[in-house]
Formats: sequence, structure tokens, C-alpha cells
Amino acid sequence: MATGSSEGTYPDGLRYHEEHDWARIEGDRATLGITWYAQDSLGEVVFFDSPEVGATIQKDSSYAEVESVKAVSDVIAPLSGEVVEVNDALQDSPEKVNEDPYGEGWLVKVRLTSPQESETLLGVAEYRKMLDR
Amino acid sequence: MRTPLHEQHVELGAKIVPFAGWEMPVTYEGIREEHSAVRRHAGMFDVSHMGQVEVEGPGALAFLQRVLSNDVARINVGGAQYSLLCNEDGGVIDDLFAYRLGVDRYLIVTNAANHETDLAWLGRQSREFDVLVRDVADRYAMLAVQGPHARDVVSRALRIELPPRFHVSHVQIGRRPAQACGTGYTGEEGVELLLDPEVATPIWAELLDAGVVPCGLGARDTLRLEVCYPLHGNELSPERNPVEAGLGWCCKEETHFIGAEAVARARAEGTAEQLVAFKIEGQGIPREGNPVMAGEEQVGTVTSGTYSPSLELGAGMAYVRSELAEVGTEVEIDVRGKRRPARIASKPLYAKRS
Repeated sequence: MATGSSEGTYPDGLRYHEEHDWARIEGDRATLGITWYAQDSLGEVVFFDSPEVGATIQKDSSYAEVESVKAVSDVIAPLSGEVVEVNDALQDSPEKVNEDPYGEGWLVKVRLTSPQESETLLGVAEYRKMLDR
Repeated sequence: MRTPLHEQHVELGAKIVPFAGWEMPVTYEGIREEHSAVRRHAGMFDVSHMGQVEVEGPGALAFLQRVLSNDVARINVGGAQYSLLCNEDGGVIDDLFAYRLGVDRYLIVTNAANHETDLAWLGRQSREFDVLVRDVADRYAMLAVQGPHARDVVSRALRIELPPRFHVSHVQIGRRPAQACGTGYTGEEGVELLLDPEVATPIWAELLDAGVVPCGLGARDTLRLEVCYPLHGNELSPERNPVEAGLGWCCKEETHFIGAEAVARARAEGTAEQLVAFKIEGQGIPREGNPVMAGEEQVGTVTSGTYSPSLELGAGMAYVRSELAEVGTEVEIDVRGKRRPARIASKPLYAKRS
């Protein structure tokens, strides 16, 4: 079944949402993606249904979908903001979400509208602890 | 319930899911990899969850002719035939293969989810016939080995001779009696082995050593969907008749099977809906239950949808109004609120390049 968090990688310096998303925050901008655990549970990603640049995303709400051969998963926004860039490379190579979830497999970049929300996100230790429960 | 190979699946790191009361492997290394192993080489599926029913006695042929839609009299000893189990209204209780093991002895392989229903139905219908209906599901582990190299690898690794397509032969596997069946559910060449559960583990290991790739239910579904084989519970149900499902070819009304009158009527009058295959044009992956739209009107429903690993696009099957069932018709699939353009496609969706 779900391979435990021990096999996964969870970089320091990212903020995590309990719905298995990560955010790399730089000032009022953030890059968002899904965690190792999320991509592993889903299986090989074959389609990223992305939001449009300019779309508003709301913390804790779905802003996109990632699909594997057999399953669809909503992607939950860890933070609120406006989409300023979408990872277009995923249209041709959605498997990057599996191969490099924190690097080339990033999903969107946003301009944060409520940067203080980041305080509610988890650090890596807290996120790992949640996975182990 | 667990199959005799459960430990092997866990050891290989399979993702296990509940299916029809069984704990089954859905994938080991990834559905796409397993899918392509079957299309290009050889893959094996533990299908021990499927049920087996033995029908034996002087009335076996007459009984099966009554309950099965196809012309059972055309199966010679050692033959196999696809058939439907229909109710009086022509609704499909199950779809199955019947194998003739002896003059008065047949084996039918049922879908796991329908095994108990089938048994009850067969038991009830058998009362007027000189026949014994036995649940023999516990006697067999079942392994489907499929792919262009499957037959070669199996006959070499297990040192057995395999029957031709749509035939069955009695063989020894692991020094135990077994049945080798020239059937499958992938659109590829292959065999289905009915084994003594006691030898399932060493035989699995031997095939693994011979390079056969373990495949889960995920790939089994994408493979069968690409060649448009129906799945009971999705394309087939007691509320759907064989004609609308495109299975009129395996119904022989002249045999007077249960449901024959209803099937004859559907054939003569036509049906309101028909089962079609379709491909998404562009992005999007259809899923079971998605509405099929023509303008603002819902004209059908997706019964199975997936990303097709061979075609590299979203594809599936759907029931649509018969007037829209023609190949080439443009429709839209409502995928969770997004309209995805699609086109009715000819079956099978995937055909081997020859």
C-alpha cells in the first residue's frame, strides 16, 4: 500500500499543506506543487489540468487537477494568490511531477494576496510527523 | 479475501486495493509500464479472484444451451466460447467463457463480483436438467499470461504444450493437473492458466524468472478498454441487453436461451441507445459516469474512461442515443464541468499494427 514517508523526500525550506502540497515562498511570490507522498499515491501523472495565468486561487480550495491513468486528484492551494505563471512543460511531460516533484515538476507560481497565511502551513518535521500518523 | 499469491504481490511492492471483496494488486511498477509490457512482450495477471463453476452430467449441454446466449453445441471437447448469462428480459447477469473439458463436462469462468449471483442463478435453472452445478472456485488459482511473447515464454518455462486460441487443454503444471486456456482479456495473444493453488507461488516465481512482467488490475483495465472488451458492471448489467452493448454476435436466439425473445425483439426493433467507443480530441481524460453532451443536451453516459497508454490520449466507451452512435460523430464529454470535444471512434480503439 502507500509507501511510508520514510521513502519519500521532503526538502527543508518548503512549507507544507496537509493536503500534500508544498510552497516555496520568496517574498510575496510562491511556487506551488504536490509532495512526494501525493505523487506516489496518485501514480504516474499523465495530465495536469492547469489554471489560467491571472486566475485567483484560494487557500484550502482546489485550483487544478492532476490525473494518473486511473485516478484524478484535486490540487489544493496551500496559499491564496493570483497565478502569474503555469508550468507549461508539464503539458508535454506531465511525468516530471513524479520524477522531480519539487523541481521541474512544479505546478504554478503565484503572487500571494495574503502572505500571512504561510504561518498556518507545516514545516517539514510537522509534515513528516503527519504522514507517519 | 486474498488470493494464493497475495504474499508475492506484497513482496513485489504492489499497491493493493479492494476489488469485489478481494485484496488485489492494482499496479506494481506503474500502469503504463505494465500496459506496454503486455503490448510488446509478456505480462502476467493474478486473476485468482475470478470464479469457476463446473457443470457436469448428461444434461450439461441442454442446460448450458438454455442459460448461455451463444450456441454451446458448437463447442467441441477442448473448445472455448464467449457467452452471456441473461435474465428473462435479456439483461446481462454476467459475461463469461465456457470451456468444454469433456463430453458432459464444462467449466465456466465468472466475474468475481458476480460469482455468487451466477451460482444462485445456475443452481435455480439447473433443477429441470440432469446436471450437477458445482462451485469450484476454491480449487483454482488463475494466472493470465498475455502479450506477443506470452505463449512462447509459458510453454518454455513450464514445459507444456499450449492449446490454440479459444481452446483448452488439460496439462500438468507443477506436477499437478491444470487447465491451459487460449483466452484472455487484453487483445493480445496469451493463455490463462487454471492452477492448483498449492503450486501458484512456485509457478509465479518461475514465470517471473523467465522475464514475465507482473501486471495489476490497472493495466488489465486499460488493456481491455483499448480493445473495447466490455466489463460487467460498467458496459454490461442486468438492465442492459446484449444488442445495445454490441454483443448480438454471441446471442443465438435459435437455441432458445433464457432471454432470447427479448434479444430478438431488441434486434428487430433497434435500441434507444448503443455502446460506442470514443476518443477525446485534445486534452482531458474521460471517467466513468461523465455525461456525453450534444449542445446543451445530455445524450449519453461514459461507462469506462481512461488515459489510453497506447494511443496517448483520453478514450473510453459510452452509451449514447442510437442516432448519434455513428463513427465520426462529434460530441462533448463533460469531464467534471469542463467540456472536452470527442469523436465516436470505431472499435477496437487500439489495433495491432500487422
